[in-house]
This record gives sequence, structure tokens and C-alpha cells, in this order.
Amino acid sequence: MCDLRVSFAGIAFANPIVVASGTYGFGREYQEYLDLNELGGICVKGLTLHPRAGNLAPRIAETPMGMLNSVGLQNPGVDAFIRDELPWLRQFNTKVIANLSGNTVEEYGILAQKLSDAGVDLLEVNISCPNVKEGGIAFGTTVEGARAVTEMVRRNSTVPIMVKLSPNVTDIAAIARAAEDAGADALSLINTLLGMRIDIHTRRPILRNNMGGLSGPAVLPVALRMVYQVASAVNLPILGMGGVATGADAVEMMLAGADLVALGTACFVDPLAPLTAKQGLTDYLARHNITQVTELTGKVALHA
Amino acid sequence: MQRLCDIIHAQQLTDHIYAITLEAGELGRLAQPGQFLHVRCGGDVLLRRPISVCDAENETLKIVFEVKGAGTRWLAEKTSGQLDILGPLGTGFSVEGQHILLVGGGIGTPPLLYAARAAKGSTTAILGFGSRSQVILQDEFQTICDNVILTTDDGSAGEPGQVTGPLENELQSGTYDMVLTCGPKPMLRAVANLAAQYNVPCQVSTEERMACGVGACLGCTVTMRNGDNLRACADGPVFDAGEVNWDV
Repeated sequence: MCDLRVSFAGIAFANPIVVASGTYGFGREYQEYLDLNELGGICVKGLTLHPRAGNLAPRIAETPMGMLNSVGLQNPGVDAFIRDELPWLRQFNTKVIANLSGNTVEEYGILAQKLSDAGVDLLEVNISCPNVKEGGIAFGTTVEGARAVTEMVRRNSTVPIMVKLSPNVTDIAAIARAAEDAGADALSLINTLLGMRIDIHTRRPILRNNMGGLSGPAVLPVALRMVYQVASAVNLPILGMGGVATGADAVEMMLAGADLVALGTACFVDPLAPLTAKQGLTDYLARHNITQVTELTGKVALHA
Repeated sequence: MQRLCDIIHAQQLTDHIYAITLEAGELGRLAQPGQFLHVRCGGDVLLRRPISVCDAENETLKIVFEVKGAGTRWLAEKTSGQLDILGPLGTGFSVEGQHILLVGGGIGTPPLLYAARAAKGSTTAILGFGSRSQVILQDEFQTICDNVILTTDDGSAGEPGQVTGPLENELQSGTYDMVLTCGPKPMLRAVANLAAQYNVPCQVSTEERMACGVGACLGCTVTMRNGDNLRACADGPVFDAGEVNWDV
């Protein structure tokens, strides 16, 4: 029998399979397809201080083995989440990971306080948002921005904090170290890769927002590379994601350095993907006589 | 629900439009008019394809779709075996009404067939196509509806022109208490405007690029007059025409 339990930033996950923020709503939509108790954790839809209507459609464009999205952080706001969704989610034996996004460093602080007071298990800090006070440069693309947001969330949270890294940077290891120095308890990566598609008949971008975030199997190798680089640079537990669809993908992500693994776009293709991946991971462990799933983490054996 | 459904019949209707009938078990009994199936396609296609239910009888479901890209091309070539289906999904038509007017354009006509079958009141269908070679489901509508008016843009079948001409004639009669419509967006907008002008309630079936199909990803939203972005897959695809913001 394989032990799937993972202790992550001091939190006891029953298994390493998590669903990624923005792909699972607040869990309600998928409850008729699978038992949410089977998931290690749920990263909920990204939350902001105030409700957001999001971007105009089209918000989706398909790509070779992937998709672009430009939802624009549509969500009911942090207070509505705490009032209407969190009590419902709490009935399940799965970890609730609240994903938060701010327009300013101060907003991150308020969000962190509200959500940790409300009793979520873990905060996932989306630092890919534009900083409105700094001309819209995403916090997560500079060492200073990542540090400022992480410090603010750290000061205002009573639960562990996990910083979600953007792949749209030159040196992701430098951003990871900044988050570690500023007090992050864990890291998650990768967020989506900025992309674009163009309708050749109208010569207009397919997305109304012109550009959007790429996800799906196409990004898996980029995610693996970045998880490996970040795992080599910091001493923090890592939630690895980006293109993971199967148990084999999850094994690969853990070998690269992840402690937990999230599926996202794969859920759109098959609502049962998280459970199928969990079974595939279990089968791999059994086949290789590995008794603890944690033994996989970071065990890639590089060529000399 | 998710189910592997046997293909029991596959048929090409026009150059680009195909019909597949599925043994769908419980999905067939649950399907309501205006709902859709989210169909997994093979090959290199990642996302499922949302396709309206054209007809349902006991445990069989019929879908009619147009080949637009790699996914639907794969589906058109799939004439036997099984399809991985999520469904029935979405909020469909309310077919309440004594005298219902159905207005369909092109590949928007199929869901209206099931609406006509489910309607208790009398039904008149106005079906618009580009030309004679693109006409689909005419016999089926004629079997179910009390009255069918066909239009083609080039006049090669039925009345020449678009659906809005006959629609205004019918609305002027004052007999209808509900309009149900599905088709290209400019047509939906024109139908919604005419229905509002004659004070007849109107439900529109919308279409957006979609990912999850179950309401989780917020990819397929339709903007309402009040500024809300509602999910075509879960809150729709059918909306009250008066609530949709047609100007975005």
C-alpha cells in the first residue's frame, strides 16, 4: 500500500493531487462528476477585494494541445466567497487554498487578513496581476514587486502562504528567491504563459482582450523546466502545475521537484482527470515498490 | 453526467452539416430543449465541442453540427463506435406558450426542432438558410410544427430573403405569446428587436467559445444589460432576449 500523504508547509494533505485556480470554480460545478473528498486540495477561483465582471467574450481560444484564456479575474469578491462558498467547501475533507489577487500591495494585505481570518488552509498569492500604482507592470515580473507583495501577505496572514509564480519572466529562480526571502512558506508554478492567436479571415485576435494565458499539455515541458529550476534555487515546498493531465505527468512533475501537483485545463477535457491522475500515480508507485509518494520529489537524475 | 454513448446512426445532411444519433441512456431521458452535449473529439483537438440537442426520444439523442475545424471534422468522420459525452448541459428553452414562434438560422435551426416537439401549444417555424443546398431538417419541422416558413438568402428555396420579413408578418398577426430563436448573432439581435417591438417574450440561444462546459472556467460568458457576464454553458445557452446586451 502506498502512502500518498504529503506534509506541505505544515499542512497535512491526504494526497498530492490538487486542482488549479480558475479551472474549478469553487468546486460546486464538479461535485456531480466526482467526490471532492478524493482531492488533496482545491485552489479556488482567484479572488479580489471587490467583485469583478471580467473581460468581454471571446475569452477562450484553442491552440495546439492547449488553450488561451482571458477571463479577467471574474469573481464575486472576497466577502461573497467567505459568506457563500467557504462554508459549503468546508464540508469536504479536502484542503481549501484561497487564491488572491490585488491591484495594490495594500489590497493584498486586506485580502490576506480576511481570508486567513475566515479559516482557509492556505493562501495562494497570484502575483501576476498588474500593479496599478506602477503603471500596470505585473508584481510578479520584478524581484521588488514579488518581495513587496509577499511581505505584505506574510504580515497579514495567520495561515501559510504560497506565492504563485509567473512564467513570463527572464529568471524565475530570482523571483522565487525573492519570495522565499520575503517570508513565503511555499511556491506554486507555473501560472499561464502569455500568448496570442489571430483569426486570419478578420485579421483580429481571437480573444477580445487580444492576448491571454496559455495552458494545457502544450506548456508541460516549460512547467517542468521551471519547477526544476525553482526547486534547485530555494528551500520551499512546491505545488507544480502547467499542462499536467495524467498520472505519468504528475510523476514527472514530482521528479522535477514538486511536492504537490495541480491539474487545471485537463479537468475541462475530462472532469475525472484528477482521479485518473491520482490512480495513475498510485499505480506507478506500486509498480516501482515506492511506499511513500514523497520519495519522488526532486528525484530527477540529471545527465552528467 | 459523463457517459460513453454508442453512435447508432450517422448521416451527412449537406456539404458541411452532419447528424449523429446516439444511444445515450439516461442522458436521453434528461435532455431538455435548448440544452447541449459537450463532445470529446479525437486527434489533436484538446477541448470538447458543445453541440445542441436536436432531438431526443426515450434514450436516444440526435445532434446536428457543422464542420468548422479539426474537432468537428473528426466528428463528421466518426460514423460508428462511441463518443465521450458530458451532458445534457445548460439551461434550455422554456417552451411555455399557447402559440410559439420558432426562428432559426442555418446551423441554429436544430435545437428548435426539439423545442417544437416539447411544446404544448401550437408552433410556427421560420427557418432561414443561405440557399437550397444548405437547407436542413425541413421534413422534420413540417412533421412536428403546425406551420413552417422557409427562407433562403438567394431565393433558391422558399421565400427569398432573411427570416426577419416573415417574422414581422407573423408578429403583426398578434397571435404569438412566445418567440424562441437560435442562429447567428446578427439574426438573434434582429429577432430580439422585432419581438420586443411587438411585445412578445423572446428567448435566444447563444453561442460562445467554450472550455469546461459545466460553469467552472467562466470562459463562455455573455454580457447582460446590467453588466453581468453570465455563463453560456450553465446560466444559458438560452437567455431572455431582453436581458442580453447586444451592443458589446
